[in-house]
Amino acid sequence: MRYIIVGTGVAGIAAIEAIRSVDKKGEMIMLGDDPHGFYSRPGLAYYLTGELHDKALFPKTREDYARLGFKYHKARVTRINRAEKTVLLDGRELLSYDKLLIATGAFATPLKVPGSALQGVLKLDHLDDARQILKLARRGKTAVVVGGGITALELTEGLLARGMNVHYLLRGDRYWGNVLDEHESRIVEKRLQEEGVTLHFHSELIEVIGRAGKVGGVRLLNGRTLKCDILAYAIGIKPRVELAREADLALDRGILVNEFLQTNDPDIYAAGDVAQVYDPLSGRSVLDSLWSPAREQGRAAGLNMAGQRISYIKGAPFNVTRLAGLTTTIIGAVGHGHDEDILGIARGDSETWRELPDASVAQGGFDMNHVRILVGEKTLIGAVVMGDQTLSTPLQKIISDKMDISCIHDKLLARNARVADVIVEYWSKYVASA
Amino acid sequence: MYGGLALSFLNIFKSDAARRTALFAGHVVPDPSRCVQCGICTYNCPIGIDVRAYAWRGEAIKHNECLTCGECVARCPRGVLRFERTDLFTAGAG
Repeated sequence: MRYIIVGTGVAGIAAIEAIRSVDKKGEMIMLGDDPHGFYSRPGLAYYLTGELHDKALFPKTREDYARLGFKYHKARVTRINRAEKTVLLDGRELLSYDKLLIATGAFATPLKVPGSALQGVLKLDHLDDARQILKLARRGKTAVVVGGGITALELTEGLLARGMNVHYLLRGDRYWGNVLDEHESRIVEKRLQEEGVTLHFHSELIEVIGRAGKVGGVRLLNGRTLKCDILAYAIGIKPRVELAREADLALDRGILVNEFLQTNDPDIYAAGDVAQVYDPLSGRSVLDSLWSPAREQGRAAGLNMAGQRISYIKGAPFNVTRLAGLTTTIIGAVGHGHDEDILGIARGDSETWRELPDASVAQGGFDMNHVRILVGEKTLIGAVVMGDQTLSTPLQKIISDKMDISCIHDKLLARNARVADVIVEYWSKYVASA
Repeated sequence: MYGGLALSFLNIFKSDAARRTALFAGHVVPDPSRCVQCGICTYNCPIGIDVRAYAWRGEAIKHNECLTCGECVARCPRGVLRFERTDLFTAGAG
């Protein structure tokens, strides 16, 4: 049996581990044209801030790879021939497969305004991008950042940490308004401003102005111009689907796969950012461009390729990030569009954090903490935890397992409720009875 | 220290790490679903334990030389790591 894995990201590595766990003898070949192979793409943000060296971004050692017993070819797959079950490498060499996994990930949506090709227009999609940012970032010089989500904020923090004057352009009236509530947006914005970031609301970039082939400034829709030396953008990602399209596999925004990560060709699987996965619980096919689901999908795909029958069941939406220095966990539905199920919102800030039991101590010591919980009739629907993460694990389980919270419903929604204490008390009783 | 940290909000963890040293006897335990394998934990471990590899496997850092100093817990940007008192390591940990 020969397995071919196209892509060197976490979904591919997870698939190789999974295949090897059940098939000790099968031949596995990983193919990819990324010169760096497998590294932590999310870790680039912390490389930018100077919290770690780029050499530290590589999780696996040579010994780890040797133990898994697979071959790695640094090569670009240029075509899949489904009828002959072969892949073409760099337009020259043919390799046959029995089972194929496409785990080619996603790429940063390119900036399309005039001037986008100037030197100093930067993205954060790849280790080489991060190195380029560090090469061009100069203390005392000015950077403009564009984009509304996590990566744009990472760019802002990274450039700031390198001593640049940073202007952050936001299209709307607050940061990440489709996920955070107004109070949470303001927390992040205030912390950024305290560090010296200049925020520009209702601001849309329409042109990058050049000066001798380099970025010299930007022009905004409102007519304003800003001088700058760097323009960094993070305006979304797109699944890398060209191979699948040419092979005539079923596509939507990503490669469509069933709950077993199988495309419409039963010998071809897809996982990670490139896959649009059927979710049997909601009946919809969804893209999920996060590290942890990519790993889980890669694992399920690998097991299925090796002959098992494992469904990938998407859990409640779950994301962890750091926003202006605050570790932040977002669980379940917290944005717009789920209001009909929500009876009320319970909020807690630092003053409601008292002594929590010390059996399990999560990361703490932040200068501010915040929790927002969306309370339904019988279950909690979603939560945002910023700062101290003691409540994250309980809330994650309460929400994803749809635990019955009827008994604390009123307490949570009471005026001036000590929200953290109510959750901890409920959780302690659950742990004691489990 | 590699690079230059200009952000004051990234330096707030240090005192907390020291406080933890005195407070707890137990293990550092990862939540792999939060981990992106960035390696800050391994990079900052004062005795060179590959904490990240434990986080990948979802195993408690039961390494003979772990001081439970809390440096990895405090520095992880995603709150992956926490202390568990060994005797109370029961349901709800994962």
